[in-house]
Amino acid sequence: MRLTLLNVIIAVVLAIAFAAVNAAYLVWAERRGAARIQRRPGPNINGPFGLLQPPLDGIKLMAKQLTIPGGADRIMFIIAPVLAMFPAIMSFVTIPFSDSIVAKNMNVGVLMIFAFASMGSMSLLIAGWSSRNKYSMMSSVRAVSQAVAYEIPMLITAITVVMIAGSADLTEIVHQQSKSILHWNIFPLLGNSHNILMPFSFLIFFMCTLAETNRAPFDLGEAESELVAGFHTEYGSMGFGLFFMGEYANIVIGSCMTTILFLGGWGCPFGLFPGVWWFILKLYLLIATFIWIRWTFPRTTIYGLLNLCWKILIPLSLFNLLFTAGLLKVF
Amino acid sequence: MNPSALTSPSLLTVDGLVGVVFLIMVLITVVGGLIACNSERLVRSIAGLVVCFIGVAGLYFFLNSPFVAMMQILIYVGAVAVTISFAIMLAAPEEKKKIGPTSILAGPLGFITAALITGGFVVLALKTEWAIHNKLNDGSMKSIGLQLLTDYSMVFELVSIVLLIAILGALVIAREGRKN
Repeated sequence: MRLTLLNVIIAVVLAIAFAAVNAAYLVWAERRGAARIQRRPGPNINGPFGLLQPPLDGIKLMAKQLTIPGGADRIMFIIAPVLAMFPAIMSFVTIPFSDSIVAKNMNVGVLMIFAFASMGSMSLLIAGWSSRNKYSMMSSVRAVSQAVAYEIPMLITAITVVMIAGSADLTEIVHQQSKSILHWNIFPLLGNSHNILMPFSFLIFFMCTLAETNRAPFDLGEAESELVAGFHTEYGSMGFGLFFMGEYANIVIGSCMTTILFLGGWGCPFGLFPGVWWFILKLYLLIATFIWIRWTFPRTTIYGLLNLCWKILIPLSLFNLLFTAGLLKVF
Repeated sequence: MNPSALTSPSLLTVDGLVGVVFLIMVLITVVGGLIACNSERLVRSIAGLVVCFIGVAGLYFFLNSPFVAMMQILIYVGAVAVTISFAIMLAAPEEKKKIGPTSILAGPLGFITAALITGGFVVLALKTEWAIHNKLNDGSMKSIGLQLLTDYSMVFELVSIVLLIAILGALVIAREGRKN
């Protein structure tokens, strides 16, 4: 194809814009949702429904000075927030929003997303370490031990789906689920596997997404009551802004992956008008669930969190992997 | 492949640009390695190592094997580097690199060894008649898996033995100085 370089640049710019706009307005949605759930006023002053709040917040953050605490490792302190945003942007490049809306479809798309997602914990570690702050340090150690642990069941579950689809190409995975709602990987009735354990796989994957993105009830990394603000305690202005945007971009990517792997991507539940609108609808329903969960459940403890992963989720997902392999061999 | 690909192409052609990308990847790898070796703080060394890994992943991608490139990032950046820095931070977060007592000969000997190895690689690279393959296979997960479990199963098993030995070695080192 001609102009490939230009296409890639356009795609990256669009990905950055999508991530940034989403991050800004998901903060708004989250605060509105929190207010609704907890019966208190959310941001409702600036503009209709408070819709002007995100750009105003952005201007405020950008106008602030970036303070670097004395004794901090300056270079690493500045690199960390950039590293938080970079993998999220890279992941958007290969996510297929519909048949035609994909920047660079790769035959190892699943792997690419997880590879860049796994770089996120590196930025948390660097941020916590370079801040020279005990709270940040504790928080990043917690967040990383959590991220490393929950990566395992997440990857195993994703591999289960890849085995069912017979391909790691995200577009191909969606195509296999495109016939009707009963072909979706979350439902076992039709499709390749007839695997009755797939709903559990979906739950495992969703829980891992919550944990990987450091969301409540698994937000031990930023437990305000114990650790001030976690790994970004020392960050102000856009340094904090980048961490925040990275977090929300990761939520969007997690929901995109859940949509693609389990909910049929851009396919319609009834086989009508497949297209990007179904993808967007599913995506934002999942994100709404994220917000709903965050403001409904209390935070777990670190032991509960790690026990849940190592003693329940990993054995279950491994069992499901073997079970699926057996089913695929039989049918 | 035609022989003209062996001469260096002009910068403004597609091959030339690809060459520039290749050189950028090499540069990233080398700079990462230098940071990893020469920085004062261990955590910066880890960051250099990560940069180096990413450069190597870029080289794999450049060599038409995206699967290996992604595995490089997933395993080395996502797991190995994180685990190393985790261990360093838990053990001694502020400690500077310790340099043990060295003899006068250590520097020159090290330099000579490095020079010999580098020279050997350079001579090998220049003297060898490189057989230019077309793509062996499409580089997809399926073909790599088939190759690993058929033609290269011996290598595959040997690699797992190397990993086993590494785990045992780590256990032995961790065991030392501990009673019971």
